[in-house]
Amino acid sequence: MAAADELAFHEFEEATNLLAETPEAATTSRSEQLTPQGHVAVAVGSGDSYGAEDEVEESDKTALLQEEKQQPGFWTFGYYQSFFDVDTWQVLDRIRGSLLPRPGHNFVRHRLRNRPDLYGPFWICATLAFVLAITGNLTLLLAQRRDPSIHYSPQFHKVTVAGVTIYCYAWLVPLALWGFLRWRQGVRERLGPYTFLETVCVYGYSLFVFIPTVVLWLIPVPWLQWLFGVLALALSAAGLVFTLWPVVREDTRLAAAVLLSVVVLLHALLALGCKFYFFQPLPPAHVAPPPRATALPPSILLPPTSPWSVATPDGQSLQAQHERTLLPALPTLRP
Amino acid sequence: MRSRIREFDSSTLNESVQNTIMRDLKAVGKKFMHVLYPRKSNTLLRDWDLWGPLILCVTLALMLQRGSVDSEKDGGPQFAEVFVIVWFGAVTITLNSKLLGGNISFFQSLCVLGYCILPLTVAMLVCRLVLLAEPGPINFMVRLFVVIVMFAWSIIASTAFLADSQPPNRKALAVYPVFLFYFVISWMILTFTP
Repeated sequence: MAAADELAFHEFEEATNLLAETPEAATTSRSEQLTPQGHVAVAVGSGDSYGAEDEVEESDKTALLQEEKQQPGFWTFGYYQSFFDVDTWQVLDRIRGSLLPRPGHNFVRHRLRNRPDLYGPFWICATLAFVLAITGNLTLLLAQRRDPSIHYSPQFHKVTVAGVTIYCYAWLVPLALWGFLRWRQGVRERLGPYTFLETVCVYGYSLFVFIPTVVLWLIPVPWLQWLFGVLALALSAAGLVFTLWPVVREDTRLAAAVLLSVVVLLHALLALGCKFYFFQPLPPAHVAPPPRATALPPSILLPPTSPWSVATPDGQSLQAQHERTLLPALPTLRP
Repeated sequence: MRSRIREFDSSTLNESVQNTIMRDLKAVGKKFMHVLYPRKSNTLLRDWDLWGPLILCVTLALMLQRGSVDSEKDGGPQFAEVFVIVWFGAVTITLNSKLLGGNISFFQSLCVLGYCILPLTVAMLVCRLVLLAEPGPINFMVRLFVVIVMFAWSIIASTAFLADSQPPNRKALAVYPVFLFYFVISWMILTFTP
């Protein structure tokens, strides 16, 4: 019976496809607050015939939703609270979605369900900044173990650098992208792209894969580090590209290709920059540690094996040992 | 109750300075005891004060200063950096838990987070004493063990006070930033080299 078919439980996939095709039908949740920004739909070519049938229902539904929707002003606390309206399992689900990008699945439609949150991007960026600084410092420690002439210091200023870099990347690049897509929308006069928050969300969650990668970069095997880096970059950039593809494919071929390649390039630059700035390459294993003064006869002059870092207690003690070995050597050098 | 409060108010104006200071110090000390032996009690939340966090933060920042006179660019955290991390970290975590829908007031949360730095301050003290001995792997293992134990103690203490104020399906979201905060402070303590 047709009625029974309509009443039958629809699969999860169908529901998400329906939502992808008619994004105006925002999903409601336990809380009354809906997405505060009126987002516009992405025009999907194949969905036109489907959309025509539902149009009458759609207008009723949207009218009802707009009556219910009370958007608090941006000066109230409730406005910002609507961006943190996520549960633990939702955040975990979004993180999982960013780790495993699939070609058909649009992150914004399928995972975010047009309800972006700010919790994920903010805390993922904070975690990434601290993990970068900490693991970078750990590589310096490992390098010092192998070559004691390298001076270990906590390098706390790198935390500031990491924080500023990551936050600027995760907020300014989505701003530029959103602005660019809006401008192209203006040119094409079609229904537009994602809202600013959705773009920030996509970028924020796509940075999550770098957190375990950065920790794995502690392993001092160079080809393994490059492998992990390339893998993380591929996953992250794939997530971004699959999300941007439905918006960008209606544009000219050239603009689409340029946009996507710029996005991937910026992501790659971030990964490379982090690798080179924060991580200290391990010195080769055959560097001999500077010998102690007592173990050698005083007539042998000790050549320095590596540049001294003068202003440290370690450097001073080694220099003092150096002087102690030089002084007894002087009488033997006189003819 | 009201008359008692009125009597309390008028009598504190005439008391000696020593009484005032001792009363505040006793309140701070009582809260320290609550942090060191965390139970599910409301004392930290009910009469919050920010003296304890200030004392702890200043002590921690002073102890994290290196003795060397030369200004190395890549040294440990400066006094201002520690201060900023502790206070802005606490403010950010408080804002986060309020935005997630927690029903704890702003200053109560700051108070709890600040007081729960006490175990880490004790760890810093112990690390400084241990560093007076000769350096070596045993030295490092002792410091690592002390910092890990005190880090766990801080997390348990703050979670005991803060967890109940969050909606049940968002507890992990509210506790994770606290974990990150104390982890960063523990890292600063562990990497301290005089």
